[in-house]
Amino acid sequence: MHVPDGFLDVPTSAATAALAAGTVAVALRQSRRELDDLTAPLAGLTACFVFAVQMMNFPVAAGTSGHLMGGALTAALVGPWTAVLCMTVVLLVQAVFFADGGLVALGTNVVLVGLVTVLVGWGLLRATTAVWSRSRTAVLAGAGLGAFLSVPAAALVFTALFAAGGVADVPVGTVAAFMTGVHGLIGLGEAAITVAVLGAVVAVRPDLVRGARHLARTGLAPRTDTGRTDTVRTDTVRTDTGRLDPTGSAR
Amino acid sequence: MAAVGLLGPGTGTGSGASPVHRLAAHPKLVAVLAFALVVVATPVHAAWAPAAYAGYLLLVLTAAAVARVRPARLARGLLVELPFVAFALLLPFVSRGPRVEVLGLALSADGLAVGGGILAKATLSVLAATVLAATTEPRALLRGLERLRLPPLLVQILSFMIRYADVVAGELRRMRVARESRGFRGRHLGALRVLGPAVGALFVRSFERGERVHLAMLSRGYAGRLPGGSSEAVPARQWWTALALPLGAAAALLTGALLG
Repeated sequence: MHVPDGFLDVPTSAATAALAAGTVAVALRQSRRELDDLTAPLAGLTACFVFAVQMMNFPVAAGTSGHLMGGALTAALVGPWTAVLCMTVVLLVQAVFFADGGLVALGTNVVLVGLVTVLVGWGLLRATTAVWSRSRTAVLAGAGLGAFLSVPAAALVFTALFAAGGVADVPVGTVAAFMTGVHGLIGLGEAAITVAVLGAVVAVRPDLVRGARHLARTGLAPRTDTGRTDTVRTDTVRTDTGRLDPTGSAR
Repeated sequence: MAAVGLLGPGTGTGSGASPVHRLAAHPKLVAVLAFALVVVATPVHAAWAPAAYAGYLLLVLTAAAVARVRPARLARGLLVELPFVAFALLLPFVSRGPRVEVLGLALSADGLAVGGGILAKATLSVLAATVLAATTEPRALLRGLERLRLPPLLVQILSFMIRYADVVAGELRRMRVARESRGFRGRHLGALRVLGPAVGALFVRSFERGERVHLAMLSRGYAGRLPGGSSEAVPARQWWTALALPLGAAAALLTGALLG
């Protein structure tokens, strides 16, 4: 979902560009605090991952296939701030290096794909684990719910922008219903892929999943005991502040 | 570890092949952005808007001809806007306002003008961006973005992405070859049981590669910034050459606004 140039007028595009620039500025600072000087290589490689996965076609249902937007999945994997950076960089590369998505609309695309999907995905993941439980099932359900709703949420924000700064006199309700319906279906595919991928990563390396890091403490105790110093070292850097625990589960 | 295969649209045409290729990246970036701004700023309801679009099209096709970008490359660039063509085609049906008969369908006149305008604008903008992508190497674009004061950390992330996109895409490709050589065919939802772990493995590998790259950087004395390239000033003539495109478009817009 890349909005090309021409859908929104110049003031709306400028406003979303300003919002996008502000978000990215905050994300750069926050991510730097989360990852220290690991930010550049890790966010860069994660952006490569998102970029590669977006090119991959998944079978969804009844012979159709779709690809991932990836905002909710990336947020669950690397945390919201780094995810915003990764999505922004992917969009920037697609717009500047591939002419995919307009240059004037870049800010709009960063807001829709980089900010809204990440916010909705991460927010629902955190809400689910807070309200329900911190189990693996809850994490996957929260991520799936977040991925499902992130797509129609982005579509709704696009509709709102189109109503505010679009050039057509359309009945907003009709367009909103249409966009929500279509993107709700797309969201189902997004949720299925997100849960499948996240489940696979949680099964092998829960310590790498920011939304499921707490699962690593009991689950992967033997691994940290076998002296994988590189993992231990990066864990110290990435663990949430206040819960610094370099050995994961020092028993 | 060069990433020229995937992210090197400019390399296929041979750098230095035309005056447009020889321009520095940041004047070109500014020119394409300014051109897109002029295109977007054109009022869709004006009677002279189609004439302005024709003028822009002439300008951008001239730029493509000077840059020796093949028509097939331009056509391939246009494929990206396909999903939004559907949205634009919907507008005549859902827009309010007076109706006109087209082929027996009652369509909104306003929706037709807007839908057509959106398609024209998107097409023009994509054409200009395709000329930029086809005539500029990724590394030069990256330097251009740096010269345009993109935050250094963002430039670093971008440079890592460009450097390793081919490596990560190559891993994905090898996993696909391995799957398909074992008879895998992803036809239905059940395929997610195979594809999910494959993508998960790709993430773990990418992340661990990022950690290794970071350790390698530290061992070579990385202290938060990468050595920058040369930043000699670009001659004014290059700026004027690059800005001919948006200035021409702005002239067309002004002419339309004054005469129309």
